[in-house]
Amino acid sequence: MNLTELTITSIREGLRTKQFSASELATEALRFADAENPKTNALLMTSPERALAAARRVDDAIARGEELGALAGVPVAVKDVIVTKDLRTTCGSKLLEHYIPPYNATAVDRLEAAGGVIIGKANCDEFAMGSSNENSAYGPVRNPVDPQRVPGGSSGGSAASVAQGTSVVALGSDTGGSVRQPASFCGVVGVTPTYGRVSRYGLVAFASSLDHIGPFARNVRDAATLLQIIAGKDLADSTSAPAPVPDYTALLDGNVKGMRIGLPKEYFKGLASETGDLIAAGADKLRRLGCEITEISMPHTEYAIAAYYIIATAEASSNLARYDGVRYTTRSANSDTLSNMYRNTRGEGFGAECKRRIMLGTYVLSAGYYDAYYLKAQRVRSLITRDFTQAFERVDAIIAPVSPFPAFRLGEKTSDPLEMYLSDIYTITGSLAGIPCMSVPCGNTAAGLPVGMQILTRHFDEPGMFRLAHAFEQG
Amino acid sequence: MADLANLRLTSEEIDRMAHDLDEILTHMDKLDELDTSEVEPMAQVLFEAGETASLRPDVEHVPLGTDVALANAPLKGAGHFKVPKVIER
Repeated sequence: MNLTELTITSIREGLRTKQFSASELATEALRFADAENPKTNALLMTSPERALAAARRVDDAIARGEELGALAGVPVAVKDVIVTKDLRTTCGSKLLEHYIPPYNATAVDRLEAAGGVIIGKANCDEFAMGSSNENSAYGPVRNPVDPQRVPGGSSGGSAASVAQGTSVVALGSDTGGSVRQPASFCGVVGVTPTYGRVSRYGLVAFASSLDHIGPFARNVRDAATLLQIIAGKDLADSTSAPAPVPDYTALLDGNVKGMRIGLPKEYFKGLASETGDLIAAGADKLRRLGCEITEISMPHTEYAIAAYYIIATAEASSNLARYDGVRYTTRSANSDTLSNMYRNTRGEGFGAECKRRIMLGTYVLSAGYYDAYYLKAQRVRSLITRDFTQAFERVDAIIAPVSPFPAFRLGEKTSDPLEMYLSDIYTITGSLAGIPCMSVPCGNTAAGLPVGMQILTRHFDEPGMFRLAHAFEQG
Repeated sequence: MADLANLRLTSEEIDRMAHDLDEILTHMDKLDELDTSEVEPMAQVLFEAGETASLRPDVEHVPLGTDVALANAPLKGAGHFKVPKVIER
């Protein structure tokens, strides 16, 4: 078996025809991870006991002739902001270095119930805050395509792990592009479903009105299969959507004839030329497949970064208030009083980017500034959402770049936080609107760096998004 | 602001933070270009649903026990989280 090429489909076939057992696959995946992970630092830890136990359950089910779950035997990496019962979950933060969650995230429960084999926890930017995976307290992740470059962020470890072969599919989380951008940088498929499509129970909160769990995979079908398993109403998350989950893979029929695709003109200004050329070539390919391509306008795009970084940091400053030295493992040793304990624990524990965002969020929520920043940003969020609603009256899907440029070098953008924020422009708009969006590989630059194309559709139209992405991938 | 955020920052951190936040907030001022007086704020992504759609059935379920909830506490005792003295004067 070649771990870098396995898919959910090929693993199923391999198990069925007894080319390998789930235990053999898990053992080989763990060996491969131990050997290869030091090159990228994509996994913070492997979980051999848990993986081998899950694989044994699959082999026992095969021996008993039982129907297999959709993820039977599939090695999965889980981003370390998603809690796993009894398995250390650090959120990429020094503050949670010793945190052992007492429960599983709903998405984790569901993927394990479907036979998924959790191989390990994936590195990420601290509390999912970053666009390059350089904000992890446990060291940056290197892009498997070019180790001098970043894998993107914040789910950089999940993307790099799937690209490198230390997992076959992975869970990430996306608040402003943290699944799509690393998928684009590492040349894999990454999906941000409709807000509420996947339960957030057990996803450590960054910005609750924007947080999503989303899948990474090597192809569109695998991403659709994984989403199918983790999607659906969950009583533990009141914002999870009650709408029934369609059979995503049954709809991958390649028929996109007559599908109306919009290209937002605002998204192609100031784009690195190679990225722009690859997306334009992608649009041509869709035209050849029978889609109708039209130019559309999303006039509020230029305000998205400002609105997003106000809303997201405001919510983050509130959500991260809980790391105060009382409940979550780490407490500053030099604390004579309660208020000093709060301040010292947080000052010593959080990294620079988390502190920056907590400060910014505290500022925009503080008395006298609330209306001017936070409320204003929420009104602009309505305008950006309205841009999408109006566009989707004319088109069935929108295609766009994921990032203005391909993977950049480690250290290249760390000195200027605003410049790093501005690079999130194409992914943030869909996040604010809460619509489904994904990155699908769209070719490489001359230097061999992957570029992803983003597909965005109406709320709950994951079927349309997957159908288009699958036709594009196969075409 | 650092006190309000409960963050102890070093003087170097404060200098850097002031510079970064200044730059970022200047970019945020861009929102003033838009007249939003007639626009409702969007606090959450909402979908059509019945009024009680987000409520779970009123059925008892077993919560995490005290020992489990306290397992990650840096300091605990007698079934409680322990903290330094609260009254500082």
